Amino acid sequence: MKNLKDLLKEEELFSSGHRACAGCGEVLAARQVLLASKKPIVCAMPTGCLEIVSTIFPHTAWQVPMFHSAFENAAATISGIEAAYQVLSRKGKINKKIYFIAFGGDGGTYDIGFQALSGAIERRHSFLYVCTDNQAYMNTGIQRSSATPQFAHTTTSPKGEKLPGKLQPRKDIMEIIIAHEVPYAAQTTVAFFQDLVRKVEKAQSYDGPTFINILVPCPLGWGHLPSLTIEISRLAVETNFWPLYEYENGVYRLTYQPSQSKPLTEWLKLQGRFAHLFEEKNKHLLEEFQKYVNEKYQKLLKKCELSAK
Amino acid sequence: MILAKTGNEAIAYAMKQINPDVVAAYPITPATEIVQIFSSYVADGIVDTEFIAVESEHSAMSACIAAAASGARAMTATSSQGLALMHEMLFIASGLRLPIVLCVVNRSLSSPLNIHCDHTDSLASRDSGWIQIFCEDAQEAYDTTICAVKIAEKALLPVMITIDGFIISHCMQKIEVLPDEEVKSFIGEYKPNYNLLDVENPITLGPACLPDSFFEHKRAQAEGMNQALTCIEKVFKEYKERFDRELPILEEYQTEDAEVAIICMGSTAGTSKVAVNNLRKKGYRVGLFKLRVFRPIVVKYLQRTLRNIKILGILERMEGLSAFGGPLFNEIRSVLYDEIKRPITVSYVYGLGGREITPEEIEEIFLELLSLKNKKRKSIEKFKYINVR
Ligand SMILES: Cc1ncc(C[n+]2csc(CCOP(=O)(O)OP(=O)(O)O)c2C)c(N)n1
Ligand code: SF4
Ligand SMILES: [Mg+2]
Repeated sequence: MKNLKDLLKEEELFSSGHRACAGCGEVLAARQVLLASKKPIVCAMPTGCLEIVSTIFPHTAWQVPMFHSAFENAAATISGIEAAYQVLSRKGKINKKIYFIAFGGDGGTYDIGFQALSGAIERRHSFLYVCTDNQAYMNTGIQRSSATPQFAHTTTSPKGEKLPGKLQPRKDIMEIIIAHEVPYAAQTTVAFFQDLVRKVEKAQSYDGPTFINILVPCPLGWGHLPSLTIEISRLAVETNFWPLYEYENGVYRLTYQPSQSKPLTEWLKLQGRFAHLFEEKNKHLLEEFQKYVNEKYQKLLKKCELSAK
Repeated sequence: MILAKTGNEAIAYAMKQINPDVVAAYPITPATEIVQIFSSYVADGIVDTEFIAVESEHSAMSACIAAAASGARAMTATSSQGLALMHEMLFIASGLRLPIVLCVVNRSLSSPLNIHCDHTDSLASRDSGWIQIFCEDAQEAYDTTICAVKIAEKALLPVMITIDGFIISHCMQKIEVLPDEEVKSFIGEYKPNYNLLDVENPITLGPACLPDSFFEHKRAQAEGMNQALTCIEKVFKEYKERFDRELPILEEYQTEDAEVAIICMGSTAGTSKVAVNNLRKKGYRVGLFKLRVFRPIVVKYLQRTLRNIKILGILERMEGLSAFGGPLFNEIRSVLYDEIKRPITVSYVYGLGGREITPEEIEEIFLELLSLKNKKRKSIEKFKYINVR
């Protein structure tokens, strides 16, 4: 595996000068994935923050081929590119191995792009799908998505006199992808660079389709200081909200286990989107949230235990 | 070689000879058969195509766009709801100047649901920046499909070719096909200037353009459509020279001395020819214009030919729901506006949802148009329906 030192010597394929907010986790993820990836690669991405901040004409941050087509079709797009690659290779017009990566925001992955993703995975195209999950539609101004955690305030699940933010827990996209019987799926986040690199490498050791969900803090949407992106990313893991794990050929495995889990409030209290949970009247919601996270985590441990070889 | 083929089979056969790199498609009546037949060519190893059985038409067009952007020749087929679901992607295909060929088997759009022919689906895509060529029968569909590949790649615009659902798609006809090698040499190789798989020369495709550059992109795209007719003319001319097959842009039938005429698209042209023949035998000076190229609007053809007609019936297989007629009616009138001598125009909406139109009904239209000869332009009722209760 490449270590940090080696990686830093590699050419940056996602260049600086893009227009993301300071502290944006999404562009960090893009940069890390590109550094980690085997080469050469051809990429696709849907509409969203990543696209808007990196490709405003006539500039581009991408030093690799990148195609943005529409919002709901990153997976269909990578299917078409990969199909072209297959046939042109067969015809001898291309004579090298190329890797394919689709990046999608949570909206472009869990919601509007979900059908295309499910289809592309079922058809067994050879690609890695990376979801840069910032838990809302950030590009259009922080609206809820099905990746938004319960109780988070967004502009379409606002906290109000009556409602405490989003009512429903987030969709467990990992389980849905795993149900497609992919060879490899993993969850990681930007604070754990080594973990992320290793997961990209592992994913690309399979012919695909493979999936990596990366939690990417968004200072604007989550209401935190740009300087806290890495801290918040780390706390999501250490509070067990976002366990680092992978699923490989039927086996679940935690790739990092905090020596002692921290209370969820450590993570929540740094983020404006959860501020209302700290009001006296919402105390029970904090408890409910903690309970939910505990249960989810226990379930995951169980899956690891049951599937272990 | 002469073969018996339905419209769908004729298109599938042309696709086999084109041997596109990628076909991504989703089933919908009445276009389904095209991809069914084509996938059997794939299964039998007759074509080299990578066939993607996508999970929706939106993905079908998305995958074709991506494949074309990767340097592959891409084709698909659809109808009706499928084309409507592609709508968003149609604009992206043309905005990116990707030469995709889409075979549309015309069918009405819901609601109410109906699987039969009218032209609402492709006419509703008229502003999406695609070349649109309507075909009268299976032979035209076969020839036009082959030409479409070359037109698209010359004009750097996507091309839609259409046939009438069931009437042509499922109707068996004798067609003359070309030898495989002739088709192959006629269409040549697809060599795009840029492609995503050229990893040594990375491109970012589909960027965001702000108000400082968006307009220039659209203006350049419009210029592409302005030049498209020349590409179509060249390709049809070359096809005729090589294979002795005439592919008209605007076909004229018995129009030289005609006082009144009708203009229509698709299979109704065939029906109308029967009506023209019947009336000609009785001494009426009637004629027919069959419009093949709907996009770009073939202004010079329309102006040159239509200005000599006294009264023109515009047969439209779509209800424009505009309170002032459909797109064909409005566009033809607009094209004629600058002519000093221009016909009186009457809109006839017909055949919605597969309602049949007969030669007798078309004869009645002609007789009605003839009866308007001495009427004042303004007093004439402009909007008529054929055979509706
Ligand atoms: C069909 C369609 N619907 C809606 C939009 C508007 N839109 C663009 S990006 C976006 C949200 C993107 O959210 P996500 O995928 O989570 O990416 P993020 O911006 O958060 O990185 C929306 C709603 C669109 N471009 N296309
Ligand atoms: S809004 Fe959030 S996701 Fe978008 S650029 Fe800013 S920090 Fe990144
Ligand atoms: Mg998002």
